Amino acid sequence: METIRHHLPDDLLMGYAAGSLAEAFNVLIATHLSLCDECRARAGSFDAVGGAILDTSPPRAMAPGALQATLARIDEDPEVSRATHQPERDGTLPAPLTSYVGGGLDSVPWRSIGGGVRDALLPTSNEARVRLLRIPAGMAVPDHGHRGMELTLVLQGAFRDETDRFARGDVEVADEELEHTPVAEEGEDCICLAATDAPLRFKGMIPRIAQSFLRI
Amino acid sequence: MPDTIDADWTEHLSRIRHDRDQEAFAEVFGHFAPRVKAFLMRSGATEAQAEDCAQDVMATLWNKAHLYDPGRASPATWIFTIARNRRIDTLRKQRRPEPEDLPWGPEAEPDQEDVVALQQDSDRLAAALADLPEKQRQLIERAYFADLTHSEIAAETGLPLGTIKSRIRLALERLRHKMG
Ligand SMILES: [Zn+2]
Ligand SMILES: [Zn+2]
Repeated sequence: METIRHHLPDDLLMGYAAGSLAEAFNVLIATHLSLCDECRARAGSFDAVGGAILDTSPPRAMAPGALQATLARIDEDPEVSRATHQPERDGTLPAPLTSYVGGGLDSVPWRSIGGGVRDALLPTSNEARVRLLRIPAGMAVPDHGHRGMELTLVLQGAFRDETDRFARGDVEVADEELEHTPVAEEGEDCICLAATDAPLRFKGMIPRIAQSFLRI
Repeated sequence: MPDTIDADWTEHLSRIRHDRDQEAFAEVFGHFAPRVKAFLMRSGATEAQAEDCAQDVMATLWNKAHLYDPGRASPATWIFTIARNRRIDTLRKQRRPEPEDLPWGPEAEPDQEDVVALQQDSDRLAAALADLPEKQRQLIERAYFADLTHSEIAAETGLPLGTIKSRIRLALERLRHKMG
Protein backbone atom coordinates (compact mmCIF):
# COMPACT_ATOMS: atom_id res chain seq x y z
CA MET A 1 0.00 0.00 0.00
CA GLU A 2 1.20 3.52 -0.85
CA THR A 3 2.25 6.02 1.78
CA ILE A 4 -0.60 8.47 1.85
CA ARG A 5 0.25 11.92 3.18
CA HIS A 6 -2.96 13.85 2.58
CA HIS A 7 -6.06 12.45 4.30
CA LEU A 8 -9.75 13.26 4.67
CA PRO A 9 -10.64 15.83 7.37
CA ASP A 10 -12.95 14.92 10.26
CA ASP A 11 -15.94 16.92 9.06
CA LEU A 12 -16.06 14.95 5.79
CA LEU A 13 -15.60 11.57 7.50
CA MET A 14 -18.32 12.48 9.96
CA GLY A 15 -20.64 13.60 7.15
CA TYR A 16 -19.96 10.32 5.33
CA ALA A 17 -20.82 8.33 8.46
CA ALA A 18 -23.90 10.45 9.17
CA GLY A 19 -25.04 10.11 5.55
CA SER A 20 -25.46 13.86 5.06
CA LEU A 21 -23.11 14.39 2.12
CA ALA A 22 -23.97 14.50 -1.57
CA GLU A 23 -23.54 11.21 -3.43
CA ALA A 24 -20.64 12.65 -5.45
CA PHE A 25 -18.60 13.26 -2.27
CA ASN A 26 -19.55 9.84 -0.91
CA VAL A 27 -18.07 8.25 -4.05
CA LEU A 28 -14.78 10.05 -3.53
CA ILE A 29 -14.66 9.26 0.19
CA ALA A 30 -15.49 5.56 -0.35
CA THR A 31 -12.67 5.46 -2.91
CA HIS A 32 -10.14 7.01 -0.53
CA LEU A 33 -11.23 4.60 2.23
CA SER A 34 -10.59 1.72 -0.16
CA LEU A 35 -6.94 2.87 -0.37
CA CYS A 36 -6.37 4.16 3.17
CA ASP A 37 -6.56 2.01 6.31
CA GLU A 38 -6.02 5.04 8.54
CA CYS A 39 -9.11 6.91 7.32
CA ARG A 40 -11.08 3.65 7.19
CA ALA A 41 -10.44 3.22 10.92
CA ARG A 42 -11.44 6.84 11.61
CA ALA A 43 -14.59 6.40 9.51
CA GLY A 44 -15.36 3.31 11.62
CA SER A 45 -15.18 5.39 14.78
CA PHE A 46 -17.63 7.90 13.29
CA ASP A 47 -19.98 5.00 12.53
CA ALA A 48 -19.61 4.03 16.18
CA VAL A 49 -20.70 7.53 17.23
CA GLY A 50 -23.82 6.98 15.11
CA GLY A 51 -24.37 3.61 16.80
CA ALA A 52 -24.05 5.14 20.27
CA ILE A 53 -26.49 7.93 19.39
CA LEU A 54 -28.97 5.44 17.96
CA ASP A 55 -28.72 3.20 21.01
CA THR A 56 -29.11 5.91 23.64
CA SER A 57 -31.87 7.99 22.05
CA PRO A 58 -35.53 7.90 23.10
CA PRO A 59 -37.35 5.17 21.10
CA ARG A 60 -40.56 5.59 19.11
CA ALA A 61 -43.12 2.78 19.52
CA MET A 62 -43.58 0.53 16.51
CA ALA A 63 -47.09 -0.11 15.14
CA PRO A 64 -49.05 -3.02 16.65
CA GLY A 65 -48.14 -6.23 14.84
CA ALA A 66 -44.86 -4.78 13.49
CA LEU A 67 -42.81 -7.80 14.54
CA GLN A 68 -45.22 -10.21 12.78
CA ALA A 69 -45.20 -8.00 9.68
CA THR A 70 -41.39 -8.02 9.68
CA LEU A 71 -41.23 -11.79 10.13
CA ALA A 72 -43.56 -12.08 7.14
CA ARG A 73 -41.12 -9.98 5.06
CA ILE A 74 -38.32 -12.31 6.06
CA ASP A 75 -40.27 -15.40 5.04
CA GLU A 76 -40.85 -13.90 1.61
CA ASP A 77 -37.25 -14.26 0.45
CA PRO A 78 -35.03 -16.27 2.78
CA GLU A 79 -31.89 -16.82 0.70
CA VAL A 80 -31.72 -13.61 -1.34
CA SER A 81 -28.87 -12.13 0.64
CA ARG A 82 -26.45 -14.98 -0.08
CA ALA A 83 -26.12 -13.91 -3.69
CA THR A 84 -23.33 -11.36 -3.26
CA HIS A 85 -21.94 -10.07 -6.50
CA GLN A 86 -18.25 -9.39 -6.81
CA PRO A 87 -17.34 -6.05 -8.40
CA GLU A 88 -14.75 -6.06 -11.16
CA ARG A 89 -11.11 -5.82 -10.02
CA ASP A 90 -8.99 -3.06 -11.49
CA GLY A 91 -5.42 -2.05 -10.56
CA THR A 92 -6.18 1.68 -10.80
CA LEU A 93 -9.86 2.03 -9.91
CA PRO A 94 -10.97 0.73 -6.48
CA ALA A 95 -14.33 -1.08 -6.24
CA PRO A 96 -16.56 1.98 -5.64
CA LEU A 97 -15.31 3.38 -8.96
CA THR A 98 -15.57 0.19 -11.04
CA SER A 99 -19.13 0.06 -9.78
CA TYR A 100 -19.93 3.62 -10.95
CA VAL A 101 -17.96 3.29 -14.22
CA GLY A 102 -19.43 -0.15 -14.91
CA GLY A 103 -15.97 -1.66 -15.43
CA GLY A 104 -12.25 -0.99 -15.12
CA LEU A 105 -10.08 1.82 -16.49
CA ASP A 106 -10.58 0.50 -20.04
CA SER A 107 -14.32 1.13 -19.76
CA VAL A 108 -14.12 4.83 -18.82
CA PRO A 109 -15.99 6.91 -21.43
CA TRP A 110 -13.35 9.67 -21.71
CA ARG A 111 -14.13 12.87 -23.58
CA SER A 112 -11.63 15.54 -24.48
CA ILE A 113 -11.97 18.89 -22.67
CA GLY A 114 -9.02 20.61 -24.36
CA GLY A 115 -5.28 20.85 -23.76
CA GLY A 116 -4.98 17.06 -23.91
CA VAL A 117 -7.01 16.80 -20.69
CA ARG A 118 -9.86 14.27 -20.69
CA ASP A 119 -12.67 13.71 -18.24
CA ALA A 120 -15.61 11.44 -17.53
CA LEU A 121 -18.54 12.48 -15.35
CA LEU A 122 -19.85 9.69 -13.11
CA PRO A 123 -23.62 9.20 -12.74
CA THR A 124 -24.64 10.58 -9.33
CA SER A 125 -27.41 12.78 -7.94
CA ASN A 126 -26.87 16.32 -9.17
CA GLU A 127 -26.37 18.46 -6.03
CA ALA A 128 -22.65 17.82 -6.57
CA ARG A 129 -20.55 16.27 -9.32
CA VAL A 130 -17.75 13.76 -9.41
CA ARG A 131 -15.57 13.07 -12.44
CA LEU A 132 -12.47 11.21 -13.45
CA LEU A 133 -9.77 13.48 -14.90
CA ARG A 134 -6.85 12.36 -17.01
CA ILE A 135 -4.07 14.93 -17.31
CA PRO A 136 -1.15 14.15 -19.65
CA ALA A 137 2.25 13.92 -17.93
CA GLY A 138 3.76 17.40 -17.55
CA MET A 139 0.51 19.21 -18.39
CA ALA A 140 -1.30 21.82 -16.26
CA VAL A 141 -5.00 22.14 -15.48
CA PRO A 142 -5.94 25.80 -16.15
CA ASP A 143 -5.48 28.20 -13.23
CA HIS A 144 -8.73 28.31 -11.26
CA GLY A 145 -10.47 29.18 -8.00
CA HIS A 146 -13.45 27.47 -6.37
CA ARG A 147 -16.95 28.64 -5.52
CA GLY A 148 -17.58 25.72 -3.17
CA MET A 149 -15.60 22.70 -2.10
CA GLU A 150 -13.40 20.67 -4.43
CA LEU A 151 -11.91 17.34 -3.39
CA THR A 152 -9.27 15.78 -5.63
CA LEU A 153 -8.07 12.22 -5.09
CA VAL A 154 -5.10 10.93 -7.08
CA LEU A 155 -5.45 7.42 -8.57
CA GLN A 156 -2.40 7.28 -10.86
CA GLY A 157 0.72 9.41 -11.29
CA ALA A 158 1.02 12.60 -9.26
CA PHE A 159 0.41 16.33 -9.46
CA ARG A 160 1.85 19.39 -7.79
CA ASP A 161 0.28 22.73 -7.11
CA GLU A 162 1.09 25.84 -5.05
CA THR A 163 0.47 23.89 -1.83
CA ASP A 164 2.18 20.49 -2.17
CA ARG A 165 2.67 17.25 -4.11
CA PHE A 166 -0.17 14.71 -4.36
CA ALA A 167 0.30 11.05 -5.36
CA ARG A 168 -1.91 7.92 -5.42
CA GLY A 169 -4.30 7.93 -2.48
CA ASP A 170 -3.69 11.58 -1.53
CA VAL A 171 -6.69 13.92 -1.26
CA GLU A 172 -6.50 17.68 -1.77
CA VAL A 173 -9.30 19.67 -0.14
CA ALA A 174 -9.78 23.04 -1.86
CA ASP A 175 -12.27 25.77 -0.97
CA GLU A 176 -13.00 29.41 -1.86
CA GLU A 177 -9.67 30.51 -0.48
CA LEU A 178 -7.48 28.36 -2.73
CA GLU A 179 -6.55 29.46 -6.21
CA HIS A 180 -4.29 26.92 -7.87
CA THR A 181 -2.77 25.45 -11.00
CA PRO A 182 -2.29 21.69 -10.61
CA VAL A 183 0.47 20.34 -12.86
CA ALA A 184 0.80 16.61 -13.63
CA GLU A 185 4.28 15.23 -12.97
CA GLU A 186 6.46 13.95 -15.77
CA GLY A 187 6.50 10.19 -16.24
CA GLU A 188 2.92 9.03 -16.57
CA ASP A 189 -0.52 10.56 -17.06
CA CYS A 190 -2.12 11.72 -13.85
CA ILE A 191 -5.56 10.21 -13.24
CA CYS A 192 -7.62 11.87 -10.51
CA LEU A 193 -11.10 11.75 -9.13
CA ALA A 194 -12.52 15.23 -8.50
CA ALA A 195 -15.72 16.09 -6.64
CA THR A 196 -17.17 19.61 -6.61
CA ASP A 197 -20.34 21.10 -5.14
CA ALA A 198 -20.14 24.28 -7.23
CA PRO A 199 -18.65 25.12 -10.62
CA LEU A 200 -14.96 26.02 -10.71
CA ARG A 201 -13.94 29.62 -11.44
CA PHE A 202 -11.45 29.77 -14.30
CA LYS A 203 -9.37 32.88 -14.84
CA GLY A 204 -8.94 32.88 -18.62
CA MET A 205 -11.81 33.57 -21.03
CA ILE A 206 -11.46 30.40 -23.11
CA PRO A 207 -11.88 27.90 -20.26
CA ARG A 208 -14.90 29.88 -19.09
CA ILE A 209 -16.72 29.33 -22.40
CA ALA A 210 -15.71 25.69 -22.34
CA GLN A 211 -17.05 25.49 -18.82
CA SER A 212 -20.60 26.41 -19.79
CA PHE A 213 -20.56 23.78 -22.54
CA LEU A 214 -18.90 21.08 -20.56
CA ARG A 215 -20.54 21.66 -17.16
CA ILE A 216 -17.30 21.53 -15.18
CA MET B 1 -36.09 -10.00 28.96
CA PRO B 2 -35.65 -6.45 30.26
CA ASP B 3 -34.96 -3.81 27.64
CA THR B 4 -31.59 -2.50 28.75
CA ILE B 5 -28.66 -1.37 26.67
CA ASP B 6 -26.55 -3.80 28.68
CA ALA B 7 -28.17 -6.84 27.05
CA ASP B 8 -25.65 -8.91 25.12
CA TRP B 9 -26.77 -8.04 21.60
CA THR B 10 -23.64 -9.56 20.09
CA GLU B 11 -24.71 -12.92 21.46
CA HIS B 12 -28.25 -12.34 20.13
CA LEU B 13 -26.92 -11.64 16.65
CA SER B 14 -24.80 -14.76 16.83
CA ARG B 15 -27.92 -16.82 17.66
CA ILE B 16 -29.71 -15.24 14.70
CA ARG B 17 -26.74 -15.97 12.48
CA HIS B 18 -26.07 -19.55 13.49
CA ASP B 19 -29.44 -20.86 14.69
CA ARG B 20 -31.89 -18.59 12.85
CA ASP B 21 -33.29 -18.04 16.36
CA GLN B 22 -36.60 -16.13 16.12
CA GLU B 23 -36.76 -15.53 19.85
CA ALA B 24 -33.41 -13.73 19.78
CA PHE B 25 -34.67 -11.77 16.78
CA ALA B 26 -37.82 -10.72 18.64
CA GLU B 27 -35.69 -9.31 21.47
CA VAL B 28 -33.36 -7.45 19.11
CA PHE B 29 -36.46 -6.12 17.35
CA GLY B 30 -38.00 -4.97 20.63
CA HIS B 31 -34.92 -2.92 21.46
CA PHE B 32 -33.71 -1.62 18.11
CA ALA B 33 -36.75 -1.27 15.83
CA PRO B 34 -38.24 1.62 17.91
CA ARG B 35 -34.83 3.33 17.95
CA VAL B 36 -34.40 2.98 14.21
CA LYS B 37 -37.91 4.36 13.75
CA ALA B 38 -37.13 7.37 15.97
CA PHE B 39 -33.86 7.93 14.09
CA LEU B 40 -35.68 7.96 10.75
CA MET B 41 -38.39 10.32 11.99
CA ARG B 42 -35.80 12.72 13.35
CA SER B 43 -34.19 12.55 9.91
CA GLY B 44 -37.37 13.87 8.30
CA ALA B 45 -39.32 10.68 7.50
CA THR B 46 -43.08 10.59 8.12
CA GLU B 47 -44.32 8.12 10.71
CA ALA B 48 -45.55 5.73 7.99
CA GLN B 49 -42.25 5.91 6.08
CA ALA B 50 -40.25 5.41 9.27
CA GLU B 51 -42.37 2.42 10.33
CA ASP B 52 -42.00 0.74 6.94
CA CYS B 53 -38.30 1.53 6.72
CA ALA B 54 -37.60 0.31 10.28
CA GLN B 55 -39.28 -3.03 9.49
CA ASP B 56 -37.15 -3.21 6.40
CA VAL B 57 -33.97 -2.53 8.37
CA MET B 58 -34.83 -5.32 10.81
CA ALA B 59 -35.58 -7.73 7.94
CA THR B 60 -32.19 -6.84 6.44
CA LEU B 61 -30.58 -7.58 9.81
CA TRP B 62 -32.04 -11.10 9.68
CA ASN B 63 -31.14 -11.67 6.05
CA LYS B 64 -27.58 -10.34 6.39
CA ALA B 65 -26.75 -11.68 9.85
CA HIS B 66 -24.00 -13.81 8.26
CA LEU B 67 -22.21 -10.60 7.21
CA TYR B 68 -22.08 -9.16 10.71
CA ASP B 69 -18.56 -9.14 12.16
CA PRO B 70 -18.59 -8.51 15.93
CA GLY B 71 -14.83 -7.84 15.83
CA ARG B 72 -15.37 -4.76 13.67
CA ALA B 73 -18.59 -3.10 14.83
CA SER B 74 -20.93 -3.26 17.81
CA PRO B 75 -24.49 -4.41 17.07
CA ALA B 76 -25.76 -0.83 17.54
CA THR B 77 -23.16 0.48 15.08
CA TRP B 78 -23.96 -2.19 12.51
CA ILE B 79 -27.70 -1.51 12.78
CA PHE B 80 -27.02 2.23 12.54
CA THR B 81 -25.17 1.72 9.24
CA ILE B 82 -28.02 -0.38 7.83
CA ALA B 83 -30.55 2.29 8.87
CA ARG B 84 -28.43 5.11 7.47
CA ASN B 85 -28.03 3.34 4.13
CA ARG B 86 -31.76 2.62 3.98
CA ARG B 87 -32.46 6.29 4.66
CA ILE B 88 -30.19 7.37 1.80
CA ASP B 89 -31.73 4.76 -0.46
CA THR B 90 -35.40 5.37 0.40
CA LEU B 91 -35.64 9.02 1.39
CA ARG B 92 -32.96 10.50 -0.84
CA LYS B 93 -33.24 7.97 -3.66
CA GLN B 94 -29.48 7.74 -3.93
CA ARG B 95 -26.95 4.96 -3.98
CA ARG B 96 -24.58 4.61 -1.06
CA PRO B 97 -21.04 3.90 -2.26
CA GLU B 98 -19.15 1.72 0.23
CA PRO B 99 -15.38 1.09 0.38
CA GLU B 100 -13.90 -2.01 -1.20
CA ASP B 101 -14.18 -5.10 1.02
CA LEU B 102 -11.07 -5.83 2.99
CA PRO B 103 -9.23 -8.90 1.73
CA TRP B 104 -9.95 -10.85 4.93
CA GLY B 105 -13.74 -10.43 4.73
CA PRO B 106 -16.27 -11.39 7.41
CA GLU B 107 -16.16 -15.16 7.00
CA ALA B 108 -13.63 -16.16 9.67
CA GLU B 109 -14.87 -16.37 13.27
CA PRO B 110 -13.76 -13.21 15.10
CA ASP B 111 -11.27 -13.29 17.94
CA GLN B 112 -13.21 -13.29 21.22
CA GLU B 113 -10.82 -10.77 22.77
CA ASP B 114 -11.47 -8.32 19.96
CA VAL B 115 -15.20 -8.69 20.45
CA VAL B 116 -14.93 -7.94 24.17
CA ALA B 117 -12.56 -4.98 23.60
CA LEU B 118 -14.90 -3.53 21.00
CA GLN B 119 -17.88 -3.86 23.32
CA GLN B 120 -15.96 -2.07 26.07
CA ASP B 121 -15.00 0.71 23.66
CA SER B 122 -18.63 1.06 22.60
CA ASP B 123 -19.77 1.39 26.22
CA ARG B 124 -17.10 4.00 26.93
CA LEU B 125 -18.07 5.92 23.80
CA ALA B 126 -21.74 5.97 24.81
CA ALA B 127 -20.77 7.18 28.30
CA ALA B 128 -18.43 9.84 26.87
CA LEU B 129 -21.18 11.10 24.54
CA ALA B 130 -23.64 11.32 27.42
CA ASP B 131 -21.00 13.31 29.37
CA LEU B 132 -20.49 15.98 26.71
CA PRO B 133 -21.68 19.49 27.43
CA GLU B 134 -25.29 19.80 26.24
CA LYS B 135 -24.57 22.16 23.32
CA GLN B 136 -21.82 19.99 21.90
CA ARG B 137 -23.83 16.80 22.20
CA GLN B 138 -26.85 18.36 20.52
CA LEU B 139 -24.76 19.49 17.55
CA ILE B 140 -23.34 16.01 17.07
CA GLU B 141 -26.81 14.47 17.30
CA ARG B 142 -28.13 16.95 14.76
CA ALA B 143 -25.35 16.07 12.37
CA TYR B 144 -26.34 12.39 12.56
CA PHE B 145 -30.09 12.51 12.96
CA ALA B 146 -31.22 15.49 10.99
CA ASP B 147 -29.30 14.62 7.85
CA LEU B 148 -27.67 18.05 7.84
CA THR B 149 -24.24 19.12 6.73
CA HIS B 150 -22.36 21.49 9.00
CA SER B 151 -23.28 24.45 6.76
CA GLU B 152 -26.95 23.46 6.90
CA ILE B 153 -26.80 23.26 10.68
CA ALA B 154 -25.28 26.75 10.64
CA ALA B 155 -28.10 28.06 8.44
CA GLU B 156 -30.74 26.42 10.62
CA THR B 157 -29.41 27.46 14.02
CA GLY B 158 -28.22 30.91 12.94
CA LEU B 159 -24.82 30.14 14.47
CA PRO B 160 -21.79 30.97 12.32
CA LEU B 161 -20.27 27.98 10.48
CA GLY B 162 -16.97 28.56 12.31
CA THR B 163 -18.75 28.17 15.67
CA ILE B 164 -20.46 24.96 14.57
CA LYS B 165 -17.20 23.52 13.31
CA SER B 166 -15.22 24.47 16.41
CA ARG B 167 -17.91 23.12 18.77
CA ILE B 168 -17.98 19.83 16.89
CA ARG B 169 -14.17 19.75 16.90
CA LEU B 170 -14.15 20.32 20.67
CA ALA B 171 -16.71 17.56 21.16
CA LEU B 172 -14.60 15.14 19.11
CA GLU B 173 -11.48 16.08 21.06
CA ARG B 174 -13.29 15.32 24.32
CA LEU B 175 -14.52 11.99 22.97
CA ARG B 176 -11.03 11.06 21.81
CA HIS B 177 -9.54 12.11 25.12
CA LYS B 178 -11.98 9.89 27.02
CA MET B 179 -11.35 6.98 24.67
CA GLY B 180 -7.56 7.35 24.72
ZN1 LIG C 1 -6.65 8.65 4.56
ZN1 LIG D 1 -9.06 23.05 -8.05
